Amino acid sequence: MKRKWTLLAFIFTIVTVLTGCEPLLVLDPKGPQAATTANVIWISIITMAVIVIVVIVMLTNMLLKYRASKQPDDYEPPHIKGNPIVEGIIVGVPILIVAFLSVVSVISTYQVEATPEGYEDQEPLVIYASSSNWKWHFSYPEQDIETVNYLFLPTNQAIEFRLYSHGTISSFWIPQLAGQKYAMADMVNTLHVVADVPGEYIGRNANFNGEGFAENKFNVTAMPQEEFDQWVDDIQATAEPITEEIFDELIEPGHLGQMTFTGTHLDFAPAPEGENGGHNHGSPADSDEDNSEQEQETGYNESDHHNH
Amino acid sequence: MKIDSTQPLEYSTEQNRLNILGFWIFLGAEIMLFATLFTSYFVYENRTGSGPGGADIFEITPVLIETILLLTSSFTIGLAIHAMRIQRTKAMLGFFAITLVLGAAFLGVEIYEFIHYYHVGATLQTSAFTGILLTTLGTHGAHVMFGLFWGIFIFIQIKKQGLTPQTANKSFIFSLYWHFLDVMWIFIFSFIYLKGMM
Amino acid sequence: MEFFERFAIPHPSPMIYASMVAIGLVTIAIIVGISYFKKWGYLWNEWLTTTDHKRIGIMYIISALLMLFRGGADAVMMRLQTAVPENTFLDAQHYNEVFTTHGVVMIFFMAMAFIIGLMNYIIPLQIGARDVAFPRLNALSFWLYFAGAMLFNISFVIGGSPDAGWTNYYPLASTDFSTSVGVNYYNWALQISGIGTLMSGINFITTIIKMRAPGMTLMKMPMFVWSALITNIIIVFAFPVLTIALLMGTFDRQFGTFFFASENGGMDMMWANLFWIWGHPEVYILILPAFGIYSQIIATFSERNLYGYTSMVVSMVAISLLSFLVWVHHFFTMGHDAMTNSIFSITTMAIAVPTGIKIFNWLLTMWKGKIRFTTPMLYSIAFIPLFTIGGVTGVMLAIASADYQYHNTMFLVAHFHNVIIPGVVFAMIAGLIYWWPKMFGFMLNEKIGKWAFWFIVVGFCFSFFPMYITGLDGQARRMYTYSEATGFGPLSMLSFFGASLLAAGFAIIVYNIYYSFRNAPRNIGDDPWNARSLEWATHNPVPEYNFAVTPEVVSSEALWDAKKRGHNLFKDKIEKIHMPNNTGWPIIMAGLFFVFGFSFVFFIWAGVILSGLAILGCMAYRSFEKDDGRYISVEEIKETEDKFGGANE
Repeated sequence: MKRKWTLLAFIFTIVTVLTGCEPLLVLDPKGPQAATTANVIWISIITMAVIVIVVIVMLTNMLLKYRASKQPDDYEPPHIKGNPIVEGIIVGVPILIVAFLSVVSVISTYQVEATPEGYEDQEPLVIYASSSNWKWHFSYPEQDIETVNYLFLPTNQAIEFRLYSHGTISSFWIPQLAGQKYAMADMVNTLHVVADVPGEYIGRNANFNGEGFAENKFNVTAMPQEEFDQWVDDIQATAEPITEEIFDELIEPGHLGQMTFTGTHLDFAPAPEGENGGHNHGSPADSDEDNSEQEQETGYNESDHHNH
Repeated sequence: MKIDSTQPLEYSTEQNRLNILGFWIFLGAEIMLFATLFTSYFVYENRTGSGPGGADIFEITPVLIETILLLTSSFTIGLAIHAMRIQRTKAMLGFFAITLVLGAAFLGVEIYEFIHYYHVGATLQTSAFTGILLTTLGTHGAHVMFGLFWGIFIFIQIKKQGLTPQTANKSFIFSLYWHFLDVMWIFIFSFIYLKGMM
Repeated sequence: MEFFERFAIPHPSPMIYASMVAIGLVTIAIIVGISYFKKWGYLWNEWLTTTDHKRIGIMYIISALLMLFRGGADAVMMRLQTAVPENTFLDAQHYNEVFTTHGVVMIFFMAMAFIIGLMNYIIPLQIGARDVAFPRLNALSFWLYFAGAMLFNISFVIGGSPDAGWTNYYPLASTDFSTSVGVNYYNWALQISGIGTLMSGINFITTIIKMRAPGMTLMKMPMFVWSALITNIIIVFAFPVLTIALLMGTFDRQFGTFFFASENGGMDMMWANLFWIWGHPEVYILILPAFGIYSQIIATFSERNLYGYTSMVVSMVAISLLSFLVWVHHFFTMGHDAMTNSIFSITTMAIAVPTGIKIFNWLLTMWKGKIRFTTPMLYSIAFIPLFTIGGVTGVMLAIASADYQYHNTMFLVAHFHNVIIPGVVFAMIAGLIYWWPKMFGFMLNEKIGKWAFWFIVVGFCFSFFPMYITGLDGQARRMYTYSEATGFGPLSMLSFFGASLLAAGFAIIVYNIYYSFRNAPRNIGDDPWNARSLEWATHNPVPEYNFAVTPEVVSSEALWDAKKRGHNLFKDKIEKIHMPNNTGWPIIMAGLFFVFGFSFVFFIWAGVILSGLAILGCMAYRSFEKDDGRYISVEEIKETEDKFGGANE
């Protein structure tokens, strides 16, 4: 048993050293949503640590006290059927713990699914984040600009991401700002985000989607509103407009660096929401989208999948 | 082999009793299989894409004929088992044969129905709805088809060997299977056809 | 595509060519070896056509061990590839195939086979039966599983392995994004072995309900039998869902339907739902028998009865019901409303309650006991804290809001390995060592066994605990590489080190089998562990007919009653025993299923039709076949019993 304790101590040291050096991304939130999840994670870690410690203490106690070498040779362990009080405790205490965590879970789940507290009366900035193999396309309909693989956000501003995919299921994740959510081809998911602190953050697709998955990431820069407006103006002045031809090329499988356009692809290839949604009824209204998808697919099959 | 003569023939040996229980459990699995198909059907029911919906393609006449054929065959297999219980081999074989003929007729009408769907442009590749419709009906139809072959084999065995604990056991299990297919058809009739035509 | 081109590997590498050559050479060596030693007849008569539950059980376990090494090799390759940043040992496509096959092989062909193997060997013995209810069906179950496993394993030399993850989410798994035949293999291999598993489930439920020894009421069954009963009920209700999901996937890929497509009414989420409606109960199919094994081992080596028998049973029933109500927690992030996520979050956490009861019952079983630290007991002791850690991280994952941060990360990978390895794998090793003398009549060496134990436990901790940390640091799972800037390097290296220790541990177990086979004494008697339940009341290794006389029991600890309370287990006189005959049809039919599956994978319709007809032909033949089995005479039984010392009369 000694070896095991040394081992546990060793692992514990590693954990503390590593967490001490540099805070883990998920536990180093830069926005209210990520802060909520980080708090929940800490609450659950502490609660659960208590359980683990209780179990380990009980186990150690049993092993030290009741091992055969400590007992007389003629010791015959008794036949013990069970005891209603003991069984009440081992049922009751877990129920209390689970009830507590259920409350935490429900409250926090409602929190992260809504606009963060204090930002409710703001008009949220809507950004469409759509994935294609293996890129992210960010459309800012209000600003009428589009970027690829990078994201600029104003700080202290409620942002509503609308997520969808041009193919496989991807998962939009900026660990320091909020938890992830899937982007899928036939529906739009919403993710509420606020960045409190200006800075550069890592964003990525967390859901495996094929060969280029490992590199399927993007950069996030959060900056004060004035800088953000400045950035938008710069793009309007310098970038080229996005067209259907350019966009069709962009969503071909492969990797691209960061790119910037004026206009958004939503004008000619709308997101699968509202009357364009594939989710409710496959009404003929979305024939436009069907066509573009069809084209994309044929192009896909003809070119060699792994040739990029 | 110990034969317990206080029990009906199909229950008379230990292995027979095991077979019957095992088959009931198998039917439990079959219920899950069809439940999954029905659930999927309900999910895809309105997801017709560019293809037709249920009300556009369902025809009441063949469906009613199929229903009557299968319900009657379920009744006749019941009669066959009753005849078996009172040791009337000839009557049993007669009802058994009627059951199989009705089953074959059912299958024939179902094939006609499938051809009809093909002609009105509802194939597996039309939409998710037509896909799940044909898969569900096809799974049931394949079960009936399998049952027909199985039933013919049992029929021949009774003809050759008479009613023994083995053949009685097989016939009884076959009747369970056949009733089960009937029950599944009642679900298909109510929740796919009637609901779709309403 | 040209006909022959589709058989080629889409991403050849020297390693795959080397494996092809190795597979070819090993196959030739086996064939030559068997022919040289003239063992074909023995192999066919004694093993390939057997209907004896004990031999089928052993064949399951051997296959499971082979698959353990296949899946283990995949695991070591993954850890090696990610041990340092920007490694180039595997490319992305190859890595994707490796983690896909690792998952599938370990879950379906290793863990499932291992538990079914142990159930096969032990369940009839623990309930005092001569065999399972349907011995031929049992053989067919095994051979279908084996055909499925082989079909899956040839994918990496013929046509390419599946590459969409073991969860095989659409649309990634559709022909648009996964262009090789890999996912076809996935569909057919799982379909074929799934049919085998379903039939095993039916077989065991019937056996346990109908064939228990006189006196063994339901509440007097050994705990492993209870766990097996509940497990098999879950199998019967869960596997048909997988059958339909795989069928729909096959239709999408091979007949152009739109079930999981993004157009024409298709719905990619449907696959995820169906898969996990089967998949979550599957988790309990694996863990419940493990719970049963631990219950037996902990009671035996604490020399105490199992604490809280009734609550153990009730908690397993509760787990089995809840297991069908939690599947959405596998995709909280799919965009359900907060209400749906909250409900499934609560049902998921509720499972912690019955599981907690079990943990405390095991602890209380040791209380006032007389604990012997044998190898099986060491695994059971290590299981308790390690599984608790895995369980509580499961509760953490069940909190929907927090899951948005854990989902798809190494934290999740750490969690499920943390429940599966100490939960299922430790139980299998412990069960194998515990019941080894039952199967082969000699014990495995304890000293070497303990070395293996320490390697495996320490290796496990080093492999998976670092993943909790990198997961919280934002490392997504299934990434074939990462940059140095992410800082995942050192912990990943530690994880690779742990994986090497684990591999060494398993190698030591293999060496132990070899060593003990050569050196262990054979005169171990009938009860080498001072055990409690009925399977130890017969000889080691078990004679063909299991018990010369059907035992009569009065409690779940039949042997203990006989040893300590003078209960007479064997009251009747020896009578002739009815046994099933061997049959070649199961292996032939499974071979045809293999051809059927293989042909379907490659759209070879002639092969599909011919093998399909041949399968129906086999069934027809089977329907007409008359086979009443055979009898073992009283003299023969007495002779065998005398050879064992005639203890049982």
